[in-house]
Amino acid sequence: MAADNTDIELRLLIDAIYLKYHYDFRGYATASLKRRLAAAQGRIGCETLSQLQDKILRDAETFAKLLSLLTVPVSEMFRDPSYFLSLRERVVPLLRTYPSLKVWVAGCSTGEEVYSLAILLREEGLLERTLIYATDINPQTLQKAAAGVYAVDRIAGFTQNHRKAGGTASLSDYYTAAYGRAVFDKSFRQHIVFSDHSLATDSVFAEVQLISCRNVLIYFDRKLQNRAIGLFRDALCRKGFIGIGMKESLRFSSHSQAFTDVVYQDRIFQKAGIT
Amino acid sequence: MNPEVQRRRIDAIVIGASAGGVEALSVLLPALPVSLRASVFIVVHLPRERPSLLADIFAPKCALPVREAEDKMPVESGTVYFAPPDYHLLLDKGPQLALSVDDLVHYSRPSIDVLFDSAADVYGARLMGIILTGANEDGSAGLAAVHRLGGMTIVQEPDSAQVPLMVLSALRRSAPDFVLPLDEIAALLRTLASADTTAPRIIPQGK
Repeated sequence: MAADNTDIELRLLIDAIYLKYHYDFRGYATASLKRRLAAAQGRIGCETLSQLQDKILRDAETFAKLLSLLTVPVSEMFRDPSYFLSLRERVVPLLRTYPSLKVWVAGCSTGEEVYSLAILLREEGLLERTLIYATDINPQTLQKAAAGVYAVDRIAGFTQNHRKAGGTASLSDYYTAAYGRAVFDKSFRQHIVFSDHSLATDSVFAEVQLISCRNVLIYFDRKLQNRAIGLFRDALCRKGFIGIGMKESLRFSSHSQAFTDVVYQDRIFQKAGIT
Repeated sequence: MNPEVQRRRIDAIVIGASAGGVEALSVLLPALPVSLRASVFIVVHLPRERPSLLADIFAPKCALPVREAEDKMPVESGTVYFAPPDYHLLLDKGPQLALSVDDLVHYSRPSIDVLFDSAADVYGARLMGIILTGANEDGSAGLAAVHRLGGMTIVQEPDSAQVPLMVLSALRRSAPDFVLPLDEIAALLRTLASADTTAPRIIPQGK
């Protein structure tokens, strides 16, 4: 069956992005990528994906804009409070047994998940001995994440989630509000390293006790998911923990045997204890 | 309408509903025959912050297995999949299920448009799209996409819809193959039983 024009243009555009800018979207799940590209095409003012390709090849700024449109799902702090509650109740007691901790937030976007974990670890008295690696492919969103500044109208939702997630203090203890923005405490930054890292092309960079990578794998096809989950397996210490999105699964991955359930309902798993 | 029946293969049925949707599905889903070969994908607008009970509610009322969709779940024939709350449900080549947390569409996640668009891409003419009751414009663009790519389109008759806004919006956007009251959509679904792997096609004469 002949491929339709959009499918051809999509593939050419993805190849062009890879050849020119070394961002690898070739393993992204097609349906959602197609939808995002269609939206981006409109936002950037192009009639077709071919036009968009022409534009991004010749103009790095347009590419930066496209990259943001392709990579920024809006998240919130303590999204799915039960996930964080389960981390607190089922994972933190084991994390306490380590003299120092490393945590990897893969695909951290604008940082909501990173600060959520940092706050949780501070409340549990673990942040002082923890280093959080927060990685993403988009340098612009990493900058935003590092700034830790969020619109104040989002804070009410964050506060409610934090409470449901078993928060022991008031969320307002951790930020300063001014001029319609909430700025999260700079002291968190000492424990977070924001860094450029691609699950599609880069390799493991540290041994960690906990990985949180939620609603990132859904954008990958099965082959790229296998690559990413393989990286997670290799990065985790023996019996290390991993949390994924509430409707994501490790079952359909070639590495499913490498993990056992901790709290399945909240999609928290542990690397199997094989040495 | 004086339908002429012709053999036509339907591999997937997508259904979108909002306000009044659970009641409407309580009429439609029990009508799905146990021998159905098509897979059924459903988006119902529900609160985003709570777990959905749809799969539990409908499993006992259905002759077919009913599941809540998970990312990368392989698509099985004769199975009903509900979109989970707070995720868009999409069909990817394979066919295989995919989820996304992209922006809300028509204030909704899951969105009917997102499901219908992606399913139309994967199934083309082998798709049936059904828009039911609701107070939202979600689904109109998606049903138009199903139509454009050769799929069969059905809209619930506005008078029989608990809340007619969604079906009226769909009717304004494109002329569907059928506009039917709920019990007649159910009757049509019953005819999709397919021991011989093909389903009857009903084509309206003239427009």
